[in-house]
Amino acid sequence: MTAALTLTDLVGRHGQLQAIKGLSLTIAANEVLAVIGANGAGKTTLMRMIAGLHPVAEGGILLHGSPVTKMPAHERVKAGIALSPEGRRLFGDMTVAENLMIAAENGRKGDWTLATVCDAFPQLTPLLGRLAGGLSGGQRQAVAIGRALIANPSVILLDEVSLGLSPAAVEGLYSSLAGLKGKVTLIVVEQDLTRAMGFASRLICIAEGVLELDGTPATLTRQQITDAYFGIHKAEEPSHA
Amino acid sequence: MTPAQTLPMAASDRWLIGLACVGVLLLATLPWLGSALIVDKLIYLFILVMFAVMWNLLAGYAGLVSVGQQAFIGLGGYALIRLVDAGFPPFPMILAAAVLTGVVAWALSWFVLRMKAGEFAIATWVIAETIRSIVMFDPIVQGETGTSLLALNAYDPDLRRMVLYLMALTMMVVMVWGTWVLLQRRIGAESQAIRDDEDAAASVGISTFQVKQRIYIIASVGCALAGALWLASAITFQPRTSFGVQWSVFMLFMVLVGGIGTFIGPILGALLFFALQEIFGDFGAWYLAGIGIVAILFALYLPRGLVGLWLDRGRDEPLSMRKRLGL
Repeated sequence: MTAALTLTDLVGRHGQLQAIKGLSLTIAANEVLAVIGANGAGKTTLMRMIAGLHPVAEGGILLHGSPVTKMPAHERVKAGIALSPEGRRLFGDMTVAENLMIAAENGRKGDWTLATVCDAFPQLTPLLGRLAGGLSGGQRQAVAIGRALIANPSVILLDEVSLGLSPAAVEGLYSSLAGLKGKVTLIVVEQDLTRAMGFASRLICIAEGVLELDGTPATLTRQQITDAYFGIHKAEEPSHA
Repeated sequence: MTPAQTLPMAASDRWLIGLACVGVLLLATLPWLGSALIVDKLIYLFILVMFAVMWNLLAGYAGLVSVGQQAFIGLGGYALIRLVDAGFPPFPMILAAAVLTGVVAWALSWFVLRMKAGEFAIATWVIAETIRSIVMFDPIVQGETGTSLLALNAYDPDLRRMVLYLMALTMMVVMVWGTWVLLQRRIGAESQAIRDDEDAAASVGISTFQVKQRIYIIASVGCALAGALWLASAITFQPRTSFGVQWSVFMLFMVLVGGIGTFIGPILGALLFFALQEIFGDFGAWYLAGIGIVAILFALYLPRGLVGLWLDRGRDEPLSMRKRLGL
């Protein structure tokens, strides 16, 4: 079985700065991958590169074995990659239903429809007629995830799922997300280590654009992850990321 | 849960549309009844409405805040001058001039639309000034001097006024109605998504460049059409006037005062602007100060424009582009 995503020597830049420095990674179909890393480590840039929102300077991306490196973002959605961006960037002047419908119209056809998304995220149903700009953080995150899901992706990227949300909202979101396991390839950027270890089947840690650690929650220790997070094993001076 | 269905239009909206149809029919009979002066003034009002509706489509719905639409207003006029000079009949050439300008807009779109927000605004203005400079090199334009659409003098003034009036009325109706149809379709929702968040729009599968390009070309052709009509009524083509940044200021004023990103707002804004020009136009420079004060008052106390008067009372926006989904 071919991998869902294959990243080969991926380099991403912000002007002169290299945000991703030759990162290679293979993600199996229906894997649940948690991405950990400090602020500025390059997690969001990596997500945006996979989604096609940030240019790939060097290296390549394969989706189910076919190259998507040069494909613009909107075509990658049709190929099966959907991103729920950092900051839950909704269309603020549109209703929740409109946010979801526009993604449904532009995405792929499949099991995920307005109805099934509302079944999976019941908190959305009472919000459908509300303007997205006026929602709380947790509600916005649910809409953003629903909006990614309704495009029927085979790979779904969730950037900063729990950032700025109340523990109750995070709990609600993760119990809904658990229902997606085994149906899609999930890549989740998560700052909460306990949450990430409990949810994911595989965990990677990025520091300063480099893959520092790759393993499963069962085999990795908290100490290993914390060291990788801060780049401590490097003999030189500590990271200033 | 069943899939979302769009609900029928609100009763008040149907009333408004009915009223607008009656208004258009009355206006269509007016040149046979009204004086030449009123007909001339109404031609100008229709042109203002076209400018406002086109700029609102561009900035209010697609988020493309341009201060360089005068490039296409001027080019529409210039293309008309050139086509008539080449011996073609003036009235049909108003349409041809707009089509030619659309080709220029298409060519420009490839690089101007790669810029964002502030860069885009500045680039559009620079392009307008550049095109004006180039046009001034044309020997028949003679630099600052300009030229005239002399071929129109061959027509009887009353007939000319009548034809221009009916053309302006028709084109205004086509633009207003066409914008309505366009915004009701998928491209309408997609352009609003791009306005709200372009990256997010791309990541839900919207081809952002293509949507922006279509809106940009449509708005440019609309401005060229109105610009060519304006030239045909003003006769004299002067690069500094036709390509003047005052057009962008007018468009901004009408759209912001009426209510940006609403369907009816720019039309109300154009009516208010026209009324202000009529009432205070004789006061010279003070009139400009007055326009500025009105703009400041709106920005401070009615930032959502005239349409805000409805919204602040908790009523729905009239003729809203929001899809009424039955859920």
